[in-house]
Formats: sequence, structure tokens, C-alpha cells
Amino acid sequence: MSKRPDVLPPMLALLNLAMIIFALILLFLLFGESVMKSYQNRPVPMDMNAYRPGGGTGGEVDQDQIKDGIHVATGLIYAEGFDIVRGTCTACHSAKLVTQNRATREGWTEMIRWMQAKQGLWDLGANEPIILKYLATNYAPKDIGRRANIDVEAIEWYVLDLEKEQ
Amino acid sequence: MPDKKVIGLHELYEKDPIEADKLLWGRTSDPVTRRGFLQKGALTALSLALGSNMVFANNFPAGMIPAGLAHSNLPFNLPGKRAGLVVLNDKPINAETPPHLLDDALTPNDLFFVRNNGIPPASIDVSSWTLTIEGESANQKKTYTLAELKSKFENVTYQLTLECGGNGRKEFNPPAKGNQWSTGAVGCASWTGVRLKDVLKDVGVKSNAVYVAYYGKDTHLSGDPNKVVISRGVPIKKAMEDESLIAWAMNGKDIPVLNGYPLRLVFGGFPASCSGKWLSQIVIRDQVHDGPKMTGQSYRVPCKPVAPGTKVPDDEMCIIEEMPVKSLITFPKTGATIKRTTSLPIRGKAWTSAANIKTVEWSIDFGSSWNPCAVPVSENRYSWQAFSANVSFPETGYFEVWVRATDSDGATQPMLLPGWNPRGYLNNACHRIAVKVS
Repeated sequence: MSKRPDVLPPMLALLNLAMIIFALILLFLLFGESVMKSYQNRPVPMDMNAYRPGGGTGGEVDQDQIKDGIHVATGLIYAEGFDIVRGTCTACHSAKLVTQNRATREGWTEMIRWMQAKQGLWDLGANEPIILKYLATNYAPKDIGRRANIDVEAIEWYVLDLEKEQ
Repeated sequence: MPDKKVIGLHELYEKDPIEADKLLWGRTSDPVTRRGFLQKGALTALSLALGSNMVFANNFPAGMIPAGLAHSNLPFNLPGKRAGLVVLNDKPINAETPPHLLDDALTPNDLFFVRNNGIPPASIDVSSWTLTIEGESANQKKTYTLAELKSKFENVTYQLTLECGGNGRKEFNPPAKGNQWSTGAVGCASWTGVRLKDVLKDVGVKSNAVYVAYYGKDTHLSGDPNKVVISRGVPIKKAMEDESLIAWAMNGKDIPVLNGYPLRLVFGGFPASCSGKWLSQIVIRDQVHDGPKMTGQSYRVPCKPVAPGTKVPDDEMCIIEEMPVKSLITFPKTGATIKRTTSLPIRGKAWTSAANIKTVEWSIDFGSSWNPCAVPVSENRYSWQAFSANVSFPETGYFEVWVRATDSDGATQPMLLPGWNPRGYLNNACHRIAVKVS
């Protein structure tokens, strides 16, 4: 029996090498840019915790903290649909633009249509009814009559020393 | 990496929003649609930072700070502004001045409210800044450099009050959409510039002129460079008033970038949105100007009074011109607790689009009785006027001090909300503060 030259090991080796090179190329394509980037000089964003929505309290706020039914970081009411509302609305503007406004479902729909017509808001798809329900339920108009009382609860009382003042 | 420099998120976005996107999130954007698309891993980073999944992240417009991050108030200082302003919105920037910070005779530059509709120009070269005047009713098209404006025309200074048409929107019921201004979208500064009428006359105004309108160098929130943010104006008669200015200085200093540096219009007595910022072009129109925010429901109220909540078609909405008489108590800050033995000095500001303020009165019994304040005259028309009084309290307890101004036309402030309108403009209801006497 004449021994055929054994081509299998070199072929396998070659194949393995090709695979490794291929994998490396793939890895580079996938992650190369981000790896290269870390070698470039670039501004370092400040600690992201510092940029968490302060909700008026300032300082670092636990992103998941819910206090008295309010999501502390955004000031949004924590209720059904919260995650989608937060993810959608605060993508482009401050949550304050939600929390400071009040409207009926019809009114909120109008605002969404206006943002779609003028501000480049996308089609909200299946999220729209969820968002509308959240807004119309939690940010419905309050009947405050022709003029609301001074918000006594919100007043920060202080002692005014008039003798000092003069 | 020794060169690493820690700079803030906002600073980064200020410099170059598109680049900031790339640096922070690895997000690049399609130059045509201006939609950002995220490189691998960036969406995860963004979502982690936001603390939730970002829905439709691929549609998220390029160059915007996700407000979930942006509206933190900790490291966020409005450029050129003092802490203490209440930020209603940071994209575009809208911030109001609480009443107790309006106690200065003239509002300092770093306390003046900000109502932006778009993004202020990123880079401003004063030496190459020009103002072009043209339009159907202009005799010619003419361009001036800042230096030419300053040298060619008489330089004048006036104290002029600027108030946003939507100031006080917060109180309307049913509520109106938009920034829920409380009381602080107002300020009065000393403005230096040239008279608009001098410049218009130099260009030549045809007899058929109807309106004078502006264009500025701010850019649209969508990032579309061809989209005009806001272009409003005033009737030719208003433009020709002595106090209507093209101004480059505010309280003797440069105008803050957020308030229109290096050049803006200033019209006292009209909604502040008429006073175009980052002014680069003026058009003399032979018709009522039809730029963005002139038409539809913007800065308009029903031509005829309507019941609260009424839907009003566009063709029944009329442009707001003169702003109503109004006043604010700037001292003390609401919430003061005082001893009964002392009388309470109060101070404030009153303003009108009429010739001047005639009287300001105070009441501590919800309008059953009114007592006069001292109201010295101001330097010129459209300046606010300071008022003051000493208030004594008959007994201990909870009181509210209300003030009411009346102008030379006899117009006064209502204690309840004035006529409801769909967009919540022109609320000039009396201001009030809470006081406890012990």
C-alpha cells in the first residue's frame, strides 16, 4: 500500500488559521472601532450619575427610587405605562414638559399630533394608546375654578426680621 | 491619557451636538434625515445611562441631549445666568425669574428670563455680523455691519420692559399647552442701540408698508438648517415709535447669548416674541407678516371673547399687540413670617403698554379695601415703575397681600383670571403673596 501523503493535518491547520483570521476580522469589525476609540483623546463625560434627573432635589438620585407614588428622578407619577412614557417623552424633552401640563385624552392627543407635525416626533405605534392612557389618567385637568388658591403647601415659610432688614 | 479633559455634557453638546453624540454614545447621524443611528453598543450605553430602554432610539434626532439626562439641575447652569432662575424646559431653553429676584430697579442680565424657541447660534463673530433690510415695501436692499449701525445712527438708551405673551399661562383653566410660565417671564433692562425707524428711513420705506418683521440666526430644534425657528414682527406704526430699538447692549453690557447677543430688536409693550433675537434680517412687508409663529394660534387670542375651553378656529384668532397692565410684588418673598409689632414694607414693579402707571394699590382683605402705594414716575414709556408701601396688619394670623395696578388708560388688573384663551396668553391677574403675622 503506497502511503498517500497525509494532506489532512496541514489542510486542517490552514483551515483553522483561516477561521482564526476570519474571527479576528469579525471581532475587529464588531468592536474595533470602540477599542480604537479608547486610544484616542476624547472628552470624558462627567459621572453619569451627576446627570441623572434631579427632580428638583439636586445631587445624585437613585434611578429607581419611587417616593409617594412619584418617580423621584423624573418627577413623573409612577403608574401603569410609566416606562414607555419615560422612554418616549424624555428622549427629546424634559419630563417637566409633561409634569407641568394637564389635559384630557383629547388634549394630549392634540399635543402628540402637534409634535408629530412640527417637532419631528415619530409614529408611536402600539405605544400611543398606552402613553395616552397614562397621560390622561395621571395628568388630567384639575378643576381649579376661575382662580386657584395660593399653593400654601408649597410655601417655604421663613422668618423675616424687619429690624435687620431696615 | 494625560490630555483627557473633563468637560460637562452640556458644554459638549453646546460646542458640537453631532460630535457630542458621537463621542458620548457612538451615535452618528444620517446627514439627510438628521436621524441619529446608533453604533453597536451605543444603544446599550444610552439605555443604561437613562435607566430604561430608549424606545425608538433610532429615530431620536441627532445632536439632542436625551432629556432624561439633560434636565438634571445639578451641573446644569444656563450660560450667562445666575442660579435661582426656574428652568421650565432646557430644549429649547426656557427659564423664568421668581418674583423676589425681580427686586432690582433694572433686571440684571444674569437674571433676565429666557424664552427660546430654537437653539442660539453656536458661534458668533461680531466683526462679521451684519443686518440686512429688505422686503416688498423697502426701497432697496441694504446691509449694515454692527460697526456701521453704531456709527451711522444716533445711539439711544431706553428702559424697556419685555414680557412673554404667555407669562402667567400656568393659571388658566382649562389648562393651555406649552411652557407653564408662572409670573417670571418678565424683566426690565436699560437697552442701548439705534432707533429702528432711523434705520428703516435710511433704507427707505414705501407708503404701502404694513408690517416690519425679523429673522434671526437661531436654528431649529430639528436640526434642519433651512427651517426658520420663529419670525414675527410688529405693525409699521409700532416699528416707527421712538422707543423701538435695534439694540446691542443691555444694562451697559453685551446682551447675554441666551437673550440675543450680539443684536436684537426691543419693542416695549408688545409680546416679547416680537423682539427678535440674534437679529440678522429685517423685512418691511406690504402685508401682515406670515412667518413661523405669526399665524395659526401662536401669539393670538380669540377676536371675540369665548367661554373657557372653547375650540376657536384659526381665522377667528387675532394677533396680540399691546400687552395689558400688570404688577408683581418683589419684596418680600412669599412665605414671610413677621411680628405683629412691625409694619411690613412691600415693594414691586408695575408696567403697561399705555403711557404710564397711574396707581398701584394693596389689599390684605381680598379686595374689600384697597390702599395706595407710592409709584414714582419712570424714566420713559414702556419702562416698569417701582412701587412701595407699608402694610400694617390688624391682628395675627394668615394674610395674603394682593396688589393691583391701574394705568393711564384706566385699565386695571382683575383679581380672577382674565378672558380664557386657547393658548393661555395675557394673564394679568393680580399678584399675591402669603404672610404670617405672629
